[in-house]
Amino acid sequence: MPLSAQPPASGERYALSASLDNARHLSSLLRAVHFQDHATCLATASGLRVTVEDAKCIQANAFIQAEIFQEFSVQEESVMFRISLSVLLDCLTIFGTSSLPGTSTALRMCYRGYGYPLMLFLEEGGVVTVCKINTQEPDELLDFDFCSTKVVNKIILQSEGLREAFAELDMTSEVLQITMSPDKPYFRLSTFGNAGSAHLDYPRDSDLMEAFHCSQTQTNRYKISLLKPSTKALALSCKVSIRTDAQGFLSLQYMIRNEDGQICFVEYYCCPDENITEAEL
Amino acid sequence: MKCVIAGGNVKVLGRAVHSLSRIGDELYLEPTESGLSLRAVNSSRSGFASFLFAPLFFQLYEPGSAGPETELFRCKVHMKSFLGIFRSLPSLEKSVGKCLILLKPRASRLVLQLHCKYGVTKTHNLAFQECERLQAVFDTQSCTSHLCAPARLLAEAVVHFPPTLAEVTLGTGPGGKISLRNYVEDEAEPSKTMVTELWLAEDEFQSVAVAPGSHITFCLKEFRGLLSFAEASNLPLTIHFDEPGRPVIFTLDDTVLEVHLVLATLSDLQSNSQSPSTNGVSHLPAPSDDFADDLESYMVAMETSEGGSERPPSPTFPLRAPQPAQSEPEEEEEEEGAVPGTPPHKKFRSLFFGSVMTPGRPGPATTQEVLAEDSEGES
Repeated sequence: MPLSAQPPASGERYALSASLDNARHLSSLLRAVHFQDHATCLATASGLRVTVEDAKCIQANAFIQAEIFQEFSVQEESVMFRISLSVLLDCLTIFGTSSLPGTSTALRMCYRGYGYPLMLFLEEGGVVTVCKINTQEPDELLDFDFCSTKVVNKIILQSEGLREAFAELDMTSEVLQITMSPDKPYFRLSTFGNAGSAHLDYPRDSDLMEAFHCSQTQTNRYKISLLKPSTKALALSCKVSIRTDAQGFLSLQYMIRNEDGQICFVEYYCCPDENITEAEL
Repeated sequence: MKCVIAGGNVKVLGRAVHSLSRIGDELYLEPTESGLSLRAVNSSRSGFASFLFAPLFFQLYEPGSAGPETELFRCKVHMKSFLGIFRSLPSLEKSVGKCLILLKPRASRLVLQLHCKYGVTKTHNLAFQECERLQAVFDTQSCTSHLCAPARLLAEAVVHFPPTLAEVTLGTGPGGKISLRNYVEDEAEPSKTMVTELWLAEDEFQSVAVAPGSHITFCLKEFRGLLSFAEASNLPLTIHFDEPGRPVIFTLDDTVLEVHLVLATLSDLQSNSQSPSTNGVSHLPAPSDDFADDLESYMVAMETSEGGSERPPSPTFPLRAPQPAQSEPEEEEEEEGAVPGTPPHKKFRSLFFGSVMTPGRPGPATTQEVLAEDSEGES
């Protein structure tokens, strides 16, 4: 590591210390979940998970596994803190977002423990920036209790097929309706806007369809404003897995390949829109 | 009404919608026996465009059945929602294989279905409004002047004008040249005004039959919309016009497509009232061989009447070469210390539309004025 302003000597005790020779691997994933200002970070031996939530209805997780880092050590079983994601991203991209080919920002990240700031040492072209970001009390996170055994329908699509659909979503519609079915229309996205309704159908034998495991017909509605931020992750991803459980909870898993060919995942969970007629009954 | 559009023609339809979206906020769909007509009119009713796609344009075309008493069903939809479907022309070309348009009066829905690559189907159910027939009254035959040029020539000419420019003047010059210049508002400050003028040689055009000395001023925005369509379709554009104040008609003709754009033109003070109220223009030279001078002195007359200056325009002006830049300092002097006079009224004559009007009748552009007159000029 070409870090000249010596970061802490290795003898010092840090709850979390990690180094990464290209900070963009981290910043691009964080940007994929950056729809709220604050994020909760959880570091365990397997890696770093950054969680962002909104309206108690949507949760986004970016997983950066330990292997992505050149060095990753966690002294305790798990280390958790809340941090301003906007500030963290600003610091990570302090040398600019568009790096020239061949140049990259190296990162060393240290966290002494509860109450201490997160320290970032960023180096590019011999210039070192040291950032200290205050950490906050971690939030209690939503537990969607979404486990793979309870999944009713699952579809894996090439992201290319969804990108255009999400870019063209009729934002005058309050909801996005997702239909998954073993029979026609198989997989349908619908909006109901001012101008009328629009349906987008993907046949199960489409070349975009990597996997199709639907056991029963399900139609659920999700707030379009909640799902729209997931477009950021969709833009980066190569494949997306769309799953629903019996209650209609939605899981969108995006597989993201970075410049070095390593694979990371970003996951969005979303609550279904409550069906008013059912609630009234 | 049911029609199916295949392959590359979907993009042509998309481009037509883009072009129509420059005109108005509503898109009129009119299925007829001779094809599907898409029309739009602007809010001040001074601009109208129609695209008639012949049945051969479609893979399948069923205009629906009209009873002996009833006419074929027509409707209008929000331009925005229709345009949204065709927004991205490159992706339209790349991914759409087939487009199906269904007009279901019973279900009150206009259905547009795009069959895309990978078997993906996009179905849009649009709300529509029943409407009367939209028809501008114009007659290309009665126009005294006709110009035909490759769209590219005109597109490359108008690209020199700033995007914010509202109106452009098309005129004739010496040696059969055709000029295009930005129209300068009467109350524009000469010191802050830039005049751009282009001369196009006669041999650049496919045909030129213009009344000598004629010139018309029309809106550029709508014209640009049509030009981009014409250029992309590689079709020659014909311009039919008459005296100022009479509508100008732009047409594109193809075996499967017929396009008309009708725009109101700015009425000419001199030709409307032979004795302008202000001084200094009475010695306006009669049309001579040097028509550029005529145009030039016309512009001078405009400037003079605007400033309300007591000083008559320099008699040397009409003899000057048509270089607007030269006359600017002189006009600027006139402007200073000038007493604000009555602003000349700038009027676009409206095109008269009516549901009962039959097309092709040489309807006079009546004196109904739609665009508001200019308010008091500030000097």
